[in-house]
Amino acid sequence: MATDKLVSKVPAGPLENKWSAHKAAIKVVSPANKRKLDIIVIGTGLGGGAAAASLGELGYNVKVFCISDSPRRAHSIAAQGGINAAKNYQNDNDSVYRLFYDTIKGGDYRAREANVYRLAEVSNSIIDQCVAQGVPFAREYGGLLDNRSFGGAQVSRTFYARGQTGQQLLLGAYAALNRAVAKGSVKSYPRHEMLDVVVDGGEARGIIARNLVTGEIERFGAHAVVIASGGYGNVFFLSTNAMNSNGSAAFQCYRKGAMFANPCFTQIHPTCIPVHGDQQSKLTLMSESLRNDGRIWVPKKMEDVKAIRNGAKKASDIEEKDRDYYLERRYPAFGNLVPRDVASRAAKERCDAGFGVNETGLAVFLDFKTAIERLGVDVIRARYGNLFQMYEKITDVDPYKEPMMIYPAVHYTMGGIWVDYNLETTISGLYAIGEANFSDHGANRLGASALMQGLADGYFVLPYTIGDYLSKKIQAPKVATDSPAFDEAEKEIREKIAKLFAIKGKQTVDELHKKLGNIMWEDVGMARSKESLERAIVEIAKLRKEFWKDVYVPGENGEFNQEIEKALRLADFLELGELMARDGLNRNESCGGHFRVEYQTPEGEAMRDDDKFAYVSVWEYKGADEAPVLHKEVLEFEVAHPAQRNYKD
Amino acid sequence: MKLPFIVSSSVGRKFVMSLSGAFLVLFFSFHAVMNVVAIISADAYNWICAALGANWYAILGTLVIVGGVVLHILYGIWLTLQNRKARGTERYAVSKNPPGVAWSSRNMLVLGFVVLGGLAIHLVHFWSKMQLVELMGAHENSLGLSPQDGAALIAHTFTAWYNVVIYLVWFAALWLHLTHGMWSMFQSSGISNQTWLPRLKCISNVWTTAVVGMFALVIIVFFIKSLI
Amino acid sequence: MENKLMNLTLKIWRQKDAKSKGGFETYTVEGVSPDTSLLEMLDILNNKLIHEDSEPVAFDKGCRGPFAFDHDCREGICGMCSLFINGEAHGPDSEITTCQLHMRKFKDGDTITIEPWRSAAFPVIRDLVVERQAFDKILQAGGFVNVNTGGVPDANSIPIARDDAEESMDAAACIGCGACVATCKNGSAMLFVSARVSSLALLPQGRVEGARRAKAMVAKMDELGFGNCTNTQACQMECPKGISIAHIARLNREFLAAKFKD
Repeated sequence: MATDKLVSKVPAGPLENKWSAHKAAIKVVSPANKRKLDIIVIGTGLGGGAAAASLGELGYNVKVFCISDSPRRAHSIAAQGGINAAKNYQNDNDSVYRLFYDTIKGGDYRAREANVYRLAEVSNSIIDQCVAQGVPFAREYGGLLDNRSFGGAQVSRTFYARGQTGQQLLLGAYAALNRAVAKGSVKSYPRHEMLDVVVDGGEARGIIARNLVTGEIERFGAHAVVIASGGYGNVFFLSTNAMNSNGSAAFQCYRKGAMFANPCFTQIHPTCIPVHGDQQSKLTLMSESLRNDGRIWVPKKMEDVKAIRNGAKKASDIEEKDRDYYLERRYPAFGNLVPRDVASRAAKERCDAGFGVNETGLAVFLDFKTAIERLGVDVIRARYGNLFQMYEKITDVDPYKEPMMIYPAVHYTMGGIWVDYNLETTISGLYAIGEANFSDHGANRLGASALMQGLADGYFVLPYTIGDYLSKKIQAPKVATDSPAFDEAEKEIREKIAKLFAIKGKQTVDELHKKLGNIMWEDVGMARSKESLERAIVEIAKLRKEFWKDVYVPGENGEFNQEIEKALRLADFLELGELMARDGLNRNESCGGHFRVEYQTPEGEAMRDDDKFAYVSVWEYKGADEAPVLHKEVLEFEVAHPAQRNYKD
Repeated sequence: MKLPFIVSSSVGRKFVMSLSGAFLVLFFSFHAVMNVVAIISADAYNWICAALGANWYAILGTLVIVGGVVLHILYGIWLTLQNRKARGTERYAVSKNPPGVAWSSRNMLVLGFVVLGGLAIHLVHFWSKMQLVELMGAHENSLGLSPQDGAALIAHTFTAWYNVVIYLVWFAALWLHLTHGMWSMFQSSGISNQTWLPRLKCISNVWTTAVVGMFALVIIVFFIKSLI
Repeated sequence: MENKLMNLTLKIWRQKDAKSKGGFETYTVEGVSPDTSLLEMLDILNNKLIHEDSEPVAFDKGCRGPFAFDHDCREGICGMCSLFINGEAHGPDSEITTCQLHMRKFKDGDTITIEPWRSAAFPVIRDLVVERQAFDKILQAGGFVNVNTGGVPDANSIPIARDDAEESMDAAACIGCGACVATCKNGSAMLFVSARVSSLALLPQGRVEGARRAKAMVAKMDELGFGNCTNTQACQMECPKGISIAHIARLNREFLAAKFKD
């Protein structure tokens, strides 16, 4: 069912020459013409911030939008661990090829080879760029850059700035953006939310945005639009995403004709602080690095589980022989350091069997007792002190004495808007970068690779490839925002907002969002089945009707109104959730973050089906309450040949 | 016209405060040491008083001190007014002083005025009966003493218990003002860092305590002498 | 673990927009778990207020509906939250943002007063929400290194002493929340400005234009109406990232040295 719309535009030739050959082949725009061209960038995280800054430097007229009060607050800022690059500074035989191979394998062979290779190729330039911007990466005593190891790799290639790498990289991109703003080539629109993309004659012409302070609906025209609005993990209500992270910008593009790829690929991170009750709004991630020294376990005996839950016993009271170190038991070769998807599923398996150790039964222990005995408290404090402190602030439990309680939580969405090799969507002039697109992580993302992709797209890929499109626009006049396409888009938005206010139902947006989150977590979460996915599709459709009949949005549009913001986002999540379920239902295999209980080995491991599913599932919107149409981009592996992942021996 | 940075910039204005403040700290230190001499030897003290009479260098010094004081006060008032404006019109309904913030640091202007008031009294008590008398060309002050007999003047002033109390209050304000002001002047002129910040605070406390202690010692000694 | 649910009285600042006059409204909230964060407690209260708002009213009882407050990442790094709680920026407890403040720091029956940041440079735009674009403007004046994308030297071409990189990182940890300004009796932004200036001044990449940066950023800070620093140290006490005023000393040094060279 491959369609003419899905042309990946991957250049011919050997893998390692594709990007340089492509760069040589695409057109550029002269400085005099760049000044005449307008670009809109939605989002100011690592992708959007880097792109807007770089495009501004080149001389384009850039308008950059973010929903926060400052571009610096995008959720990239919360990334902790680090950023990968193939520098081989540690002399451990790292290379562009090895980074490429680890990434494609880590993604369970569901990503496009050429994109991943390019990502690995430009990774080194990212580190150079960030250092030049004044990012204070960790250094050795000799003054050179330090590296640490991360999951899914056998080399040390992760650069870091304490536990705040995302923050430091984002502040670098934000500084570059500020420089471009000062220069006058970029104009920043904080507290503005894109509500629609305007498409005319098959080309992106601009956006409709809501000024979040005044509620005004505003029109912005441009020769190209770049979506860098991040992932849609908040469809689950509880996730490690920021409260305001949402999938609406991407979803509007989908509705206007940009196809959506692999929506079901969601990463569940194994080490998060568990849910403590129904009053919770947000889950907190504890860095993957903790699994280097922490051992994960639950009690062997059910009476111990009960005693811990009712407070009769503490974890430290359970004897060694009564503990089930289930990851070490099941995966002797990798033990506690299996990849994220495997660790998450194993925790769920134990808790489903009734061995969860907190009041809700949804937690396992991450214990540092052995490590403290072996290395001493001081070493552990030096390695993880800030994480231990954060854990204690949140839970009021001292992890030096009692083990941490952890549970998996939604963290990242590998799926996103489908893009070709140029990062252009199926709508001309509409681009998607960073977590908002689907391109580089396949079915599972490796730790420290999200930062790499966002910056690669923003600094080194998009600024080249967008020129190829804009070179055709140098004669085009400024986009007029009084065209019928803009009128139509604005009218639709105004009607939608008015409709939401007019419902005057009985449920709050958050209450309905929690319901959606429950459906998603139970039926489209860590373990999915044909039945659960079918049920989810029905349930979500039902909930969507409920939402449009019974939601209550207080206040009015013409004011600072956080409830209408949330309502608009939830309306889109209610459709996106269904799309995720449909995609999961179609993919009759288990791969990466997508685990179908029907497709597992007798030992409970994921079973991929390369013969039938070595493709990107790409969905085309067909209208409200219409089933979307599936297109397939077949994945061809010329270099990295798919193999089963094995963590047992 | 482009104003110089010591007027136009906040960091420049603070630099003026710290320079004029530093100058006053030096003056106080000298004055304290000089006072202690009065306990040891009245003659030696009077010799110093004579040297600081109506001589050109003493007058010049006095003028410079006056200039420093005026500059310090004017800038202090100016900065406080600006800071009130920067605070905005609406104030917090509830406001706690964070631990580790010295009371004096938040009340430097008030303390400054107390110090200024004390200074006025002090000028009436001493300067008007010493250097001023000489400047007027007289040889005897209102108490019938020689303007160069500082020791006698001290003895006279601190026989009155209320003068002792007034001066001690004044010294307390001075101590509070200087313990914050002294390390602050290093900070404002950029002479501080992670390592030296606590050291400078310690030095300020020791130095100020020594200076104010010497001042206080002199009046207490003279008061006790008057009782005996 | 003790898990007694709490009932609380909240005094919350309500203000329709930047032009309107604001005032306190008193609310009660019941059954709050000590394990919830303060922001989650506010979510609970807002949910209740929305329900109350959805019911028809017999008479007007003042400020109805949910109140607005800024929040986003809820893990202490985005710097969006900006609440002045019981007289302290980000509330009681040290080195945390509002989202990391948990209800176990309060007692059943407590009255909690919540106000927005108050400073001339941060106007209140709604309830507890303030505008902090002044910070963006200061950074736009010079808080960057003038390098274009691409064409930079290899990352390891200039060794940087580990201690310098660490101290630079101490300053770079600033999340731009504005607690320093909010808590300063002078409405001074010196801790914020110095954190950026100091972080870049400590690295060879930023050193090159250090003088220019210090002058430009201080000038912009003054222009935007922030106050003069009087070294009260309140900022470093309330800074969620524990940034030291030693960085302010460095900014002063950088600035004065640059001016004396002019």
